[in-house]
Amino acid sequence: MDMLPTLWFAVIAVLWIGYLFLEGFDLGVGMHLLFSARNENQRRVMLNAIGPVWDGNEVWLITAAGATFAAFPVWYASLFSALYLPLVFVLLGLIFRAVAIEYRGKGTTVRWRRGWDVALGLGSLVAAFGIGAALALTTTGLPLDANGDRVGGAFAWLTGYAVIGGLAVVGFSLVHAASFLALKTDGDVRSASRRFARRWAPIALLPLLIWVVALQASRGSAVTWGIAAVAVLGGVAAWLANGRGREGWAFVGFGAFLAAGAASIFMASYPVVLPSTIDHAFDLTVGNASSSPYTLGVMSIVACFGIPVVLAYQAWTYWVFRRRVSASSIPEVHPVRPAVRQR
Amino acid sequence: MNAIDPLLIARWQFGITTVYHFWMVPLTLGLGPLVAIMQLMWHRTGNERYYRMVKFWGKLYLINFIMGVATGLVQEFQFGLAWSEYSKFVGDVFGAPLAMESLLAFFVESTFLGLWIFGWNKLPRTIHVACLWMAVAGSVVSAYFIIVANSWMQHPVGVDLVNGRPIMTDVWAVLTNSTAISAFTHTIFGSLGVGGAFLLGIAWYQLWQRRRDGIDTLGADRRVIVGEASDIPGRDRADHGVWLVSLRIGAVVAMVAFAGVAITGDAQAKLMFQQQPLKMAAAEGACHTGTSFSVLSIGTLGSKNCNDVIPVIEIPGLLSFLANGNFTTDIKGINELIPQYQAQYGTTLPNNPIYGDRAGTTIDYLPVMEVTYWGFRLMIGFGGLAAFAALVALWLTRRGTVPRPRWLMQLAVAGILAPFAANSAGWIFTEMGRQPFVVAPNPSGVDGVYMFTAAAVSPGVSFGEILFSVISLTLVYAVLMVFELRLLVRYVRGGVASAIPELDQRNDPDSSDDGPASGDVLAFAY
Ligand code: HDD
Ligand code: HEM
Ligand code: HEM
Repeated sequence: MDMLPTLWFAVIAVLWIGYLFLEGFDLGVGMHLLFSARNENQRRVMLNAIGPVWDGNEVWLITAAGATFAAFPVWYASLFSALYLPLVFVLLGLIFRAVAIEYRGKGTTVRWRRGWDVALGLGSLVAAFGIGAALALTTTGLPLDANGDRVGGAFAWLTGYAVIGGLAVVGFSLVHAASFLALKTDGDVRSASRRFARRWAPIALLPLLIWVVALQASRGSAVTWGIAAVAVLGGVAAWLANGRGREGWAFVGFGAFLAAGAASIFMASYPVVLPSTIDHAFDLTVGNASSSPYTLGVMSIVACFGIPVVLAYQAWTYWVFRRRVSASSIPEVHPVRPAVRQR
Repeated sequence: MNAIDPLLIARWQFGITTVYHFWMVPLTLGLGPLVAIMQLMWHRTGNERYYRMVKFWGKLYLINFIMGVATGLVQEFQFGLAWSEYSKFVGDVFGAPLAMESLLAFFVESTFLGLWIFGWNKLPRTIHVACLWMAVAGSVVSAYFIIVANSWMQHPVGVDLVNGRPIMTDVWAVLTNSTAISAFTHTIFGSLGVGGAFLLGIAWYQLWQRRRDGIDTLGADRRVIVGEASDIPGRDRADHGVWLVSLRIGAVVAMVAFAGVAITGDAQAKLMFQQQPLKMAAAEGACHTGTSFSVLSIGTLGSKNCNDVIPVIEIPGLLSFLANGNFTTDIKGINELIPQYQAQYGTTLPNNPIYGDRAGTTIDYLPVMEVTYWGFRLMIGFGGLAAFAALVALWLTRRGTVPRPRWLMQLAVAGILAPFAANSAGWIFTEMGRQPFVVAPNPSGVDGVYMFTAAAVSPGVSFGEILFSVISLTLVYAVLMVFELRLLVRYVRGGVASAIPELDQRNDPDSSDDGPASGDVLAFAY
């Protein structure tokens, strides 16, 4: 067994799980802004619950991409070029979302705010769907030739798995965000979010469950089935806790659902990192897609130092901003007027 | 092959998105440290003036920063999207600095900036200042790592060739690449030039507004008499100091930055004459071997045989001085270099499937000469112009305010663009001068570690896909640019009151004047 490539497969799995866990609620809040918020104040309560942390969370995605490039260049190259169109949509979605968060509060007209709300909500939706589709296809395979290039045209990736994966991340994000808002806000948003999670969790989490079970059925082992079972338990426990108003436990439970579910998927996939649906001889694996032992060694040292430090200061950020955001904590908006004498 | 092949369009895409990203980047890199220093000054002296400066410039910094984040995301994915062959070829070395950048820089940058934005009145003051310093340090470290990656393409070091691919053998050599050190320092100074001119231009506009509105006037001794306008929010006595100090900081920074850029640029030119001689020869329009630096040449610079280039003004010995530090050593011209390249790297692209229909075609080793020649001169020219303007600005404002004429103010505001243009020109020169290689060969490195751009593009991706992404990204970028500029203009017009609404008494008629809002209300919220 190749020690270092396996370690890096695990690191990348951890980065993706970290990303889905953290950005899950950012993207979900973006979508909730479109349809769950009743008024401007509620939208701002929701937005400011993720305000200080969303950008740091997004870097988990950048790091997942960068780490894949460094540790498995062939995986990075094949996956990204094969999924060209969906990834361009993900990027466009993330661009709109990022700019909208920063800019929506800097104007006072209703049109300005509604416009950026749509950019934020749709951007989050498209990004969540695209990332889910991409990850699902990473585990179920793409039509790749011997050189790792996609055959079959620009839409060869568009299969049922892509749709399930997309729905999985969208559905999870919505529930996870509701549970996050219940934990991080007070007042109407808090109670509405709890209701949302109670009503929709059983349906919204279903696509992720289907993905997990489908993968276990084809490639699972006893261990990965066990982890998948943990995921199910986490989800059920979270739903019950949410019903009883135990918001902290609900959030942990939904998080465990995701973490264990994704872990079971990654572990069942190992050692294949990107299967070819044309011929399994063309599969990219931990062995044939990885960088040299020297590069992996260097990167391991960097990661050993870097990841714990990142976790520490990001955790500290959540501690600093631990207070609930409520309707009364939102400051008024002040219009910006030219500082000149009118003439 | 199609009439327009995917390679060309992929190159356009990379060029457009990267040049665009590098409009946000130098402002982030240049303004960040200045805001951090302002906040440190406020923290140390408690002077209200610095508080206002932090608030105002910090607001503009953030409006710009977010666009850097949004466009940077695209950059991280681009190598895999349209340049998969490139990614596979270089991944073993090139991926590492990229991953280090995310792990060691982007996390720091974004997390601590979030803490700074929302940390007003929440974090102890010392920690709040430190958060901004951390975020700024993150930006600088990120610039270092990405330039390490880029410099490896300019000058591959620290590798061995195994099975036709470069394999990293010495990460220290990659991190201390001579090209990277000089390009990094050069870029940081270039960015500071942007920050300086930004402060200068906007502060000039503000001081000019105060004069036009009759707030500040000149006394009998021609020195400024600072006034106050109670009817305009923020236009009090302290306001004058905010802008005058900002203007002077900006002017000094712009001049220091230019000195730094000249020194590091000189070092870089000396390296480039050894590392990519053809790039520098093309930048000089130097067809024939010799020692003269061309200040101006005319003719069909793009022409292949070089015979049409007519030097108009030349300075004997200067080229030699730029490259070697003396006036007499001959520098090889294009006519001598091209046969050398052909002997070493072939006259035609190899018959390898990765070149597709381009296999067997003649390699053109000469980069587009108009671009390298003018890119080099515009970079230096615009940079010099900005530094000179900064000097003049210091002189013109020696009496404590700006002169009345509107056109001078317009010039100062337009001058903000000069260092931006110099930065873009510098990168376009660097990147296009590297053609036809995407990884330029290192003359003193391991044989065979180079890659032609023609081999780098993703074979599986279709023309239509790349065209779609180029069009959609360009359109989205153009639209967002409009919004960014509109916001910047709106906040600049608002003066400090746009960033400190408390200064505007009309906003809270029932305010009891007991300092910042207390209790639960966030000091800042989206
Ligand atoms: C000399 C500096 C420099 C250069 C050449 C580049 N960048 Fe950049 N980049 C920065 C300096 C920077 C920065 C100053 O650190 C930014 C600008 C605004 C910001 O948020 O950070 C940034 C943002 C930024 C982000 C978003 C980070 C976040 O979310 O916080 C990514 C993913 C990249 N960049 C990636 C790239 C890639 C892959 C490049 C190469 C093609 C590139 N950048 C060129
Ligand atoms: C931010 C400053 C930069 C600017 C303005 C810039 C500009 C450009 C331009 C104009 C091109 C097109 C050249 C051509 O096709 O003739 C290009 C190509 C390219 N650049 Fe850069 N670049 C920058 C930084 C970087 C960095 C930091 C990297 C790598 C880490 C990089 C990697 C590439 C690659 C892979 C290509 C595509 C291949 C090619 O066409 O040569 N660039 N860049
Ligand atoms: C005396 C003036 C200058 C000299 C001698 C000089 C020299 C150089 C050289 C030789 C290069 C190309 C290096 C390569 O191909 O890798 C370069 C690139 C560049 N220059 Fe300058 N430069 C000067 C002024 C400026 C100014 C004023 C700015 C901006 C404000 C600037 C910004 C850049 C940038 C952004 C690049 C591309 C990145 C890099 O390779 O560092 N330069 N410069």
